[in-house]
Amino acid sequence: MSTAYDEATEGKVYSVNGADWDEVVTGVRDSEEERLVVNMGPQHPSTHGVLRLVLTLDGETVTEARSVIGYLHTGIEKNMEFRTWTQGSTFVTRMDYLSPIFNETAYCMGVEKLLGITDRVPERAQAIRVMMMELNRISSHLVAMGTFGMELGATTPFLFGYRDRELVMDLFEYITGLRMNHAYVRPGGVSVDLPAGTVDKVGEFLKEMPKRIKDIRKLLDENPVYVRRTKDVGYLDLTGCMALGITGPILRAAGLPWDLRKTQPYCGYETYEFDVATERGCDVYSRYLVRMQEMEESLKIIEQALDRIAGPLKGEPVMIEDKKIGWPAQLALGPDGFGNSPDHIAHIMGTSMEALIHHFKLVTEGFRVPAGQAYASIESPKGELGAHVVSDGGTRPYRVHFREPSFCNLQGFPAMAEGGQVADVIAAVASIDPVMGGVDR
Amino acid sequence: MTSPDNLPGSPDSGETPEVPVPAVPESPVARRGMFGAQDTGDTSGYGGLVVRRAPQISTPRPYGGYFDELVDALGLDDAIERVVVDRGELTLHVKRERLVEVCQKLRDDPALRFELSLGVTGVHYPHLAGEELHAVIHLCSMTHNRRVRVEASAPDADPHIPSTVGVYPGHDWHEREAYDFFGIIFDGHPALTRIMMPDDWEGFPQRKDYPLGGIPVEYRGATIPSPDQRRSYS
Repeated sequence: MSTAYDEATEGKVYSVNGADWDEVVTGVRDSEEERLVVNMGPQHPSTHGVLRLVLTLDGETVTEARSVIGYLHTGIEKNMEFRTWTQGSTFVTRMDYLSPIFNETAYCMGVEKLLGITDRVPERAQAIRVMMMELNRISSHLVAMGTFGMELGATTPFLFGYRDRELVMDLFEYITGLRMNHAYVRPGGVSVDLPAGTVDKVGEFLKEMPKRIKDIRKLLDENPVYVRRTKDVGYLDLTGCMALGITGPILRAAGLPWDLRKTQPYCGYETYEFDVATERGCDVYSRYLVRMQEMEESLKIIEQALDRIAGPLKGEPVMIEDKKIGWPAQLALGPDGFGNSPDHIAHIMGTSMEALIHHFKLVTEGFRVPAGQAYASIESPKGELGAHVVSDGGTRPYRVHFREPSFCNLQGFPAMAEGGQVADVIAAVASIDPVMGGVDR
Repeated sequence: MTSPDNLPGSPDSGETPEVPVPAVPESPVARRGMFGAQDTGDTSGYGGLVVRRAPQISTPRPYGGYFDELVDALGLDDAIERVVVDRGELTLHVKRERLVEVCQKLRDDPALRFELSLGVTGVHYPHLAGEELHAVIHLCSMTHNRRVRVEASAPDADPHIPSTVGVYPGHDWHEREAYDFFGIIFDGHPALTRIMMPDDWEGFPQRKDYPLGGIPVEYRGATIPSPDQRRSYS
């Protein structure tokens, strides 16, 4: 299938819609062209969302690989400039939708830095953030490993990954009310305290999860097919990672133990005991091993955070005490399933005019943030997630930019794929674990 | 409770109609009054609000921490317009023509070693005449565990900033994004094309003068304007 216009500008063009490969094969057999340019995506089951790959092939070898992005651009950064600082949480949570808690935390840390209240965020809120982030790291890695297996042709890891992710999703739903897009972390703390029974539920999760991780390891660690498809594939060494600004599991799989939780701790990570997973293979298999080990380390951190939440930090506030900043989100479960706490309503409507004014002003106008700019960064499951937050002194962000690790890491894809086999392209992309919501924002 | 600000034609509110983005760049006061109401539309009775614009700050020495050492090691004082230390972060405002040189030295000097770049992003300050467009680069030194922010600016009329792809190859997509959203032209970039918006898109969406879009919400004859048209506090 081709038109004169296409042939004039781009050579012979074939559109493959399935079951018409014969046409391509016969066409290419008679062709004098040495190269074949394959356009993969933006809608393709193996491209991790709406990512388009343009591959130039010489036989089975990829001579040139380019990725085209922007299909999921939603203008989140621009939209945030027209909402209050607190409402920003609900926007950023939708960027990298597989690690919403990280987006929220990075953003809130940026706002807190601008407000100068980083040290005044309650310890219990920090411990909850840490616990939620590590739960989220596990769920994100499970999706990464699950889809990874599926893209290489194995459906069992996919089913295992998604089944086990449900455990985390259930916890998130129980704690925040939503499986995804929580807007749970707010500037100054977290929106609500953990509901009763959380400690038990997370405790059960901690008992169950090591078995589940072991199951996936049993499936993949020594699986000869998997190992052959991933070992020495998608090679990117430390030099390449540094040049391209690649962080996260890819960097650690190249042997550098760079983890912001250790090197530039935030949210009290310096007080938790855990190891940084590293491998030396620089390949897809090493990245898999790093992610698996990180999940196991995350379980350790969750356990420590849970001990603090249930122990010394029990009953402590989860939102900054400053009434000019702390969002008045005293929620209680009503008969309809949600709602404000009756005590809070009685307080603002019946006894305290000031409380009512604060509630009204905070919700409608929002708080003002002193002018300036700040950069806050955290170690997300994909790498360094940074929030560059600029304020002009108003109640809305002047500019928010996210340094999305998926965006930066995806730049490394040509370096991993060029010169390799076309089948290895899938493994290389999957090992980057790009989430297009984060790449395109 | 009526403030003079809410009365029509009061001297305090100025002769020209107030707009969300202030028209007078020299004044440190961006706006007075709650919503910029010209008539008695503001029924809150609160008109004493003064929105101030952030001053251009420049921090004198000593900067504190490792910042002094860093600026000394860089030793390119003639390339640096001003140094700002704010909220524990160091910002070097660099002359745009010297940007590549500064980045190169920041990366290669053994005392600096900012190997990891976290990318380039743009910020549009329409009220800063002559330096409306800023390119902001965040750098991280893994060797010394330090961070620094490098900022270069260009006027709206001449939006050119030299490309730093040669120093940090990872800037490729970041500069394309900053071009796409702000129209900053990075001279020397290997292929400066749009990256997020469609290739034939017109305008630069994250500039402050670019409308957000959206449609007014109508309910029983009354309409609520789209978010960028609504009255706002800031």
